[in-house]
Amino acid sequence: MTFHWMQIVYALVSLFIVLNVGLVIQGIVRKIGARLGRRYGIRWYQPYLDLFKNYAMRSTVSHGIMFYLGPVFRLSGGIGLFLFMPVIYGSAWFQNFSGSGDLILLAYFIFFGTLGMALGAGEGGHPYSAIGITRGLSQMTAAEVPLILAIIAIAVQYQTLSVTDIVAAQQGSILNWTLFTNPLATVAAMLGFLGSMMRSPFDVVLAPQEIPIGPPTEFHSNFLAVLQTNRAIFPMAKTILYVNLFFGGATNWPVLIVKVFLLYMWPVFIGVAFPRFRVDQSIRWFLRIPALIGILAILFI
Amino acid sequence: MSNDDLKKRRVKGPDGIEFEVNPMEDYFCTERPHPESPANRILEKFFNWARSESVWILGYGTGCGAIEMRPLMTPRFDAYRFGIQWRPTPRQSNLLMVSGYLSVKTLKRVIRSYEQMQNPKFVMALGSCTINGGMYWDSYNTINRLDHYLPVDVYVAGCMPRPESILAGLEELKKRIRAGKGEGANTYIENLDWYKANQKKIIKDWDMPDYNW
Ligand code: SF4
Repeated sequence: MTFHWMQIVYALVSLFIVLNVGLVIQGIVRKIGARLGRRYGIRWYQPYLDLFKNYAMRSTVSHGIMFYLGPVFRLSGGIGLFLFMPVIYGSAWFQNFSGSGDLILLAYFIFFGTLGMALGAGEGGHPYSAIGITRGLSQMTAAEVPLILAIIAIAVQYQTLSVTDIVAAQQGSILNWTLFTNPLATVAAMLGFLGSMMRSPFDVVLAPQEIPIGPPTEFHSNFLAVLQTNRAIFPMAKTILYVNLFFGGATNWPVLIVKVFLLYMWPVFIGVAFPRFRVDQSIRWFLRIPALIGILAILFI
Repeated sequence: MSNDDLKKRRVKGPDGIEFEVNPMEDYFCTERPHPESPANRILEKFFNWARSESVWILGYGTGCGAIEMRPLMTPRFDAYRFGIQWRPTPRQSNLLMVSGYLSVKTLKRVIRSYEQMQNPKFVMALGSCTINGGMYWDSYNTINRLDHYLPVDVYVAGCMPRPESILAGLEELKKRIRAGKGEGANTYIENLDWYKANQKKIIKDWDMPDYNW
């Protein structure tokens, strides 16, 4: 694929759209959670206000260079993941730079932010950050196992690592989706998906009640605002990746948003229904059934 | 930690090498803070609106009033719908909610928590104990007026204040912030010497730097 300068503008436009969709979904999801708890809940635009507020804070305290870079790495993990896959299949506008990256790169980006964040939070020096990081990295590593196994499975299945090609192979009928052609890989990946969406039962990393509040304990003002921006982009990017890999991609925005919303609801649904796992339990859980399903997916292609 | 732990001294590390430790400089920042002026007028209006609609609370449950924060979160009163949320760390909070009587011992921690919050920050004091000592007014180990030690934005009267009155207090706070009067952080720094003198008068074992970043 040849490179045009216009692509950068297109990519920024799609990033902007996704940021907004991410913020709105965040608000709606919290609203749904509140309604389940018989509360009225936050206003749907509250995430915007929180974001503005944090960017508007006047002072910041720094703990060193890595402390600055932590949120930046986290954000670049989210944006990087987003930029190297096609958002809308077949659209010249919203291809991003999908021609330049492959699945391995994307898998790396999913982990990259967490690693950067770990270094940054570590420099903050707060004991709660350290506990949060240890928990987060261990759980993240375990949650990646089923996902990577699923990625290997579909890479073998489609004989390619290019996300665009994988989406292309799923076009036509709904029965061409990976969901139907390789259900085992989809199930493994969907279980792995729960691990990184920071919801129950896998949200002990942030666990505000016991280790206020995990890795970001020391992050405030603008640092926190950058992290919040990523909180809107990263789950969206990851969900879009799943739509691309397992649910036939999307050829226009409405379809994408519907698919993303439904997929986003999966961890939310699990989250409101199940209590929290301890880290050792969640690691054991990921390495048992989901990982096993992932291995079966590779064996039965 | 006692005052002796803060003195400069030589210690021997586990590897046998001796080195000097100066806790005041190594563990704390001793630089004096400075006031932060608001952005330009139009921008500041927008910022103040955002600040007033997104108040993050650090609940400091020192006394009876802290009990009222639970119903405030839960379905009956549900403060979340007004953009009020709870944060467990002072770094990310804007509003320090001091509930009820403050013993001298806790005052020290309240001051530390307050100073670790970022500018702009607000203080809300619940109950008659923070206004005039309440039923502890002649007690030997509680303070009588919170605003001698921290710049208080809103007092909520009552013993203890009901959630409705706390909500009313929060609405009052929002009005103040929107009007650009929520400058407690700057007031505190501009009058740091006065506040510190008051604080040190009552906290006898002062074992921290003058400002905890
Ligand atoms: S004001 Fe009343 S309820 Fe509040 S701390 Fe004092 S005695 Fe307790």
